[in-house]
Amino acid sequence: MAVVRTFHLPHYEAYPVHICLFSDVTNAAFLRRQLLEANPEFDYAFLDASMILTPTHLLTATFLALHSTLTHRAKTRTPHSELVFRLHPNNNIGEAYRKFGIHDTSTHVIAVKLGLPYSGGGGEGEGGEGEGEEGGKGGEGKDGDGEGIRTSVSAASVSKHLGDHVQGTSVEISADGGNLGRWCDVGKVRKVYKLGDGKAGKGKGKRGGDVGGMDGVDGDGDERKEMESVIMGIMTIKGS
Amino acid sequence: MSPPLDPTPVDADADVDVDTDTAPLHTLPPPFNLSALTPLTQGAEALVYTTTFLTSSTHVVLKYRPPKPYRHPTLDKRLTKARLLAEARVLVKCRREGVQVPAVLGGDWEEGWLVLEFVEGGTVRGVLDGWAEGVRIMGGEEKVWALMGRVGRAVGRLHEVGVVHGDLTTSNLMVRGPSPPEGRGGGEHMQRQAQSDPEPDILDGEIVLIDFGLATQSVHEEERAVDLYVLERAFAATHPAAEHLFKEVLRAYGESFKGAKVVLRRLEDVRLRGRKRSMLG
Repeated sequence: MAVVRTFHLPHYEAYPVHICLFSDVTNAAFLRRQLLEANPEFDYAFLDASMILTPTHLLTATFLALHSTLTHRAKTRTPHSELVFRLHPNNNIGEAYRKFGIHDTSTHVIAVKLGLPYSGGGGEGEGGEGEGEEGGKGGEGKDGDGEGIRTSVSAASVSKHLGDHVQGTSVEISADGGNLGRWCDVGKVRKVYKLGDGKAGKGKGKRGGDVGGMDGVDGDGDERKEMESVIMGIMTIKGS
Repeated sequence: MSPPLDPTPVDADADVDVDTDTAPLHTLPPPFNLSALTPLTQGAEALVYTTTFLTSSTHVVLKYRPPKPYRHPTLDKRLTKARLLAEARVLVKCRREGVQVPAVLGGDWEEGWLVLEFVEGGTVRGVLDGWAEGVRIMGGEEKVWALMGRVGRAVGRLHEVGVVHGDLTTSNLMVRGPSPPEGRGGGEHMQRQAQSDPEPDILDGEIVLIDFGLATQSVHEEERAVDLYVLERAFAATHPAAEHLFKEVLRAYGESFKGAKVVLRRLEDVRLRGRKRSMLG
């Protein structure tokens, strides 16, 4: 059994987000193969924990993925791939998987399971406001009953399934998700989002003093907070 | 303006506050619905609410540009999208460069909404009003003077990174700090008559620029000078006593980046002719 933490995002409370954190994972290659084979049993977003900066970082991508799925404007085939895609600053899905997805050598893994009724792509065409409207109302009538194969996603089922198949140590996620960023490789994250190398800063004309930005800060917490706020913006405006 | 944490009747509130316009008729874009939103303010183009985002303890500002019924739907969508996106891009750019602005936390251009960081504090307008009314509390004069210096440098930083605000008023300048007593002052527009009694600390707060709805990316001294001119008029309009404070803003601005002096010279011209440039040649 894996320890699951379930988040409810404001405005999308109807769609619980189940998250598991594993350390010392030894079968990442197996998990990744399941993704590549699109094994329906393994419909998760498996992320390399070194690329997740803060809980908010992950939740932003989750929110955007849920939102684009529910308003039928997803760019990828499943809600979980949408999540991986939303993390990446540009529009290349493969690259998003390479950067944020699980690798054969990943040892610290975050698994996200969205509590969505399974929907294989919506099929209602592009989302104008019309369809979007429904999305907000919260899933009652929508999202094809025809495909409602696995509507019974629960924390317990996720816990059991991941516990059975992920070989690693399940780490309890604190209530605020605080330790989701524990294994983050800040340098790598900076690079992907092109945030400069931090200390030097990218601006030319910077004087110390009043630059409250990411270059001026020293504390790890502040640095991450500042990076996080830039990254959320980057994820939000990407692709448009 | 009702305090955002107040769980009370958003609907009743909305009816009272914004009855002149069509506000209650707007259907909010998914996933939002009125019950989770508290109206904060309203401008000509956007409705502004406070709500929570990602976690129930994260307070944010939701800026929604409702469709304008008098415009052709296709045109309306394009304009809304272009403006919202421009605003978001400018904000992200500023944030990257370390200029103090609200962070962009989420958004949907097609639907016309943008989620921004909630800036705790009050507006410079509120602070100045309080000051002008003689609430010259604890070291008032010097602190206000220092605050003006920070305003100048904040605007300077903004211009330095190549952004022109487009609507620089004292209401669009916030001072980070504890909220003024009458409610959280995140107002994006003038409506708020903050007769604030600013808490002592607010004068020490950091300046945050808000409302980039009219902002453009530009490095032209003309546009920069117009920014300053608009701000100068806003100061003058706040209170005669506030006018001399603006000198300090300009002084600090002048030292804030290379090229600021040129802008100040241009400001002289702008003062003579006003904000709009002559089209006669």
